[in-house]
Amino acid sequence: MHVDPEIIRLLAFLIGVIAFAALNAAYLVWLERKEAGHIQRRIGPKEVGPFGLLQPLVDGIKLMTKQLIVPAGVDPVLFRIAPILVMVPAIMSFVTIPFSETLVARNLDIGLLAIFAFASVNVLGLLLGAWGSRNKYAVISAARVVSQNVAYEIPMLVTVVTLVMITGTMNLHNIVMQQQGGFWHWNIFNFSASPLMPVAFLIFFVCMLAETNRAPFDMAEAESELVAGAFTEYSGMGFGVFFMGEYANIVIGASMATILFLGGWDCPFGLFPGVHWFLIKMYFLIFTVIWIRWTYPRTTFYGLLNLSWKILIPISFFNLILTSAMLKVF
Amino acid sequence: MSAFAGSEANETFVLNLGPQHPATHGVLRVKLTMDGEYIVEAEPVLGYIHRMHEKMGENRTWAQFLPNTGRMDYLHALAYNHGYVSVVERAAGIAVPERAEYLRVITAELNRVSSHLLWFGAFILDLGGFSPLLYAFDDREHILDLLESVTGSRLTYCYFRFGGVYNDIDDNFVAGTQAFIKRLRGRMPMYHNLVTKNIILMTRLKEIGPISAEMCRKYGATGPVCRGSGINFDVRKHEPYSIYPEFDFDVPVYEQGDSMARYMVRMDEIEQSLRIIEQALDKLPEGPVMADKVPKILKPAKGDYYHAVETARGSFGVRVVSDGSNTPYRLKLRSPTFSNLSLFGEACRGMLLPDALALMGSLDLVIPEIDR
Repeated sequence: MHVDPEIIRLLAFLIGVIAFAALNAAYLVWLERKEAGHIQRRIGPKEVGPFGLLQPLVDGIKLMTKQLIVPAGVDPVLFRIAPILVMVPAIMSFVTIPFSETLVARNLDIGLLAIFAFASVNVLGLLLGAWGSRNKYAVISAARVVSQNVAYEIPMLVTVVTLVMITGTMNLHNIVMQQQGGFWHWNIFNFSASPLMPVAFLIFFVCMLAETNRAPFDMAEAESELVAGAFTEYSGMGFGVFFMGEYANIVIGASMATILFLGGWDCPFGLFPGVHWFLIKMYFLIFTVIWIRWTYPRTTFYGLLNLSWKILIPISFFNLILTSAMLKVF
Repeated sequence: MSAFAGSEANETFVLNLGPQHPATHGVLRVKLTMDGEYIVEAEPVLGYIHRMHEKMGENRTWAQFLPNTGRMDYLHALAYNHGYVSVVERAAGIAVPERAEYLRVITAELNRVSSHLLWFGAFILDLGGFSPLLYAFDDREHILDLLESVTGSRLTYCYFRFGGVYNDIDDNFVAGTQAFIKRLRGRMPMYHNLVTKNIILMTRLKEIGPISAEMCRKYGATGPVCRGSGINFDVRKHEPYSIYPEFDFDVPVYEQGDSMARYMVRMDEIEQSLRIIEQALDKLPEGPVMADKVPKILKPAKGDYYHAVETARGSFGVRVVSDGSNTPYRLKLRSPTFSNLSLFGEACRGMLLPDALALMGSLDLVIPEIDR
């Protein structure tokens, strides 16, 4: 029987992408706990398996065996659909991320656009879940999440538009290919396009933190203010899926920063480019994200909006104009 | 900032903060009337952990009530011990040996440092920073070990007795305390670098949650809360008790009245307490730690007695009325946190929820001490 190789390829990548997302979600929790432990001069998880490596597995089993409580008074449809709305787009985004020159599930010409389209669904999931919970803390959190994401999507997208102007393509594969051949070719050091590129990277990184609701911008959860924010009413795997979606979004954010600014799978000094370089850069960024979380206190909501509207957006627009001028002149 | 708060036209809703809420650090309930994220009105609801300590005092002999004092404010239990034994000593006319007074000051000040360290960690936790908590606990652990070696317990101490303390310290305690002072002095710059100078923390505390000196007077706020608002009042200095007048220490006072001022007062107080302990260890006289001939069953003369001490949270006063029997006729406890919390409703009006919680954290609430 003849099977279309395209179908086999699709299936393989589907399984691969889901496995990658799930494995990352699980082991980033382990990494986060381990790293937090070392930052706080503790050891972190160590009992389950060597170095606590089986901890995520046990956590997963624990979450799955817990009762899924759907509180009386919640909107049953929205309440159940919200975690899925957070998780699915996150997994979908992995489809178009090129991990190396050949390792990509689907090389779309509008890959960049697709990822940002999927990323914005995440907010909707949180909003619906919080609204459906009929919990005051959750609703406050939802209001925060939406305005936070609106505020931070603007500088992020303006920065990305700047990048698209420089690269002239939205194909992630091509964007990386243009940055091959050592770190001085990477977009973060692309001074001929704009002297503000490192700043643009910083803006992108900060926006990524805010978009993924990570500390110091974790307004959505803010456990000392809003108990658990949007997730207050969730229990068991409903909460677990939200959690996984959050980590998947961090992976995507770090991957995007790697692809757009740090040359994707390119080696900084031109030796053996490949998927390992992509992963090293990505996990370094994730490590930084966790590092920031366990070092800084939380900002306030208005401080966060002020940062976006008064600092990030003007700078990113200035960078946009500067880049377009320089592209025109040189 | 408070442009929208309080306007009648806007729809408000009631948010129940607590009695189980991460920011209240105990079973405190605050009924918040909110306009969006702005607080229109806040009403603390007390009584969730009320244990009738005052009534218990009337039903027990003078000595039997002593362990209760350590259970009111479990973070600075020794100061509460101190307040109660002092008032009973005043009533019964018991003289305390000098060495015992020194030991009381040393242990109470160590306990104050541990209380402030815990507050520091919990306060930063309220602001969303997790790591400083564990750093502070690391230091606090040393104090608990030291105090355990001399008092026998780690949290709800009952170390002071009428007429002295029940256990003398040894050389290990002295050496350990000196080593600890050196260690904590070395770590204070680390705390300031990690936390105090953090730009996010500064924006969250500076000019946020102002409490005026007038408000402090109105509600009877004491301790670091009033000293952060420019009122120079410390019971140790202004109504001296025990042997505090013999030590050279400053009372940190900040004028700003914001959350940062209260934060800085406590951070400075840690250093001042270390100074007191250091001097006390140097001057520590030899001698007994218990007065002779303290009667087994106390029957203080008829009268009305009051004694206040400075705890980590403010002025703690005990008023006892004796009718000459073996139990107090009336025992009244004036707890500082109760007064400090009372101003919360007025102070947080028109504030954003996160700022109000930062303000609440800066008041350093210990709930069992509010309810007693």
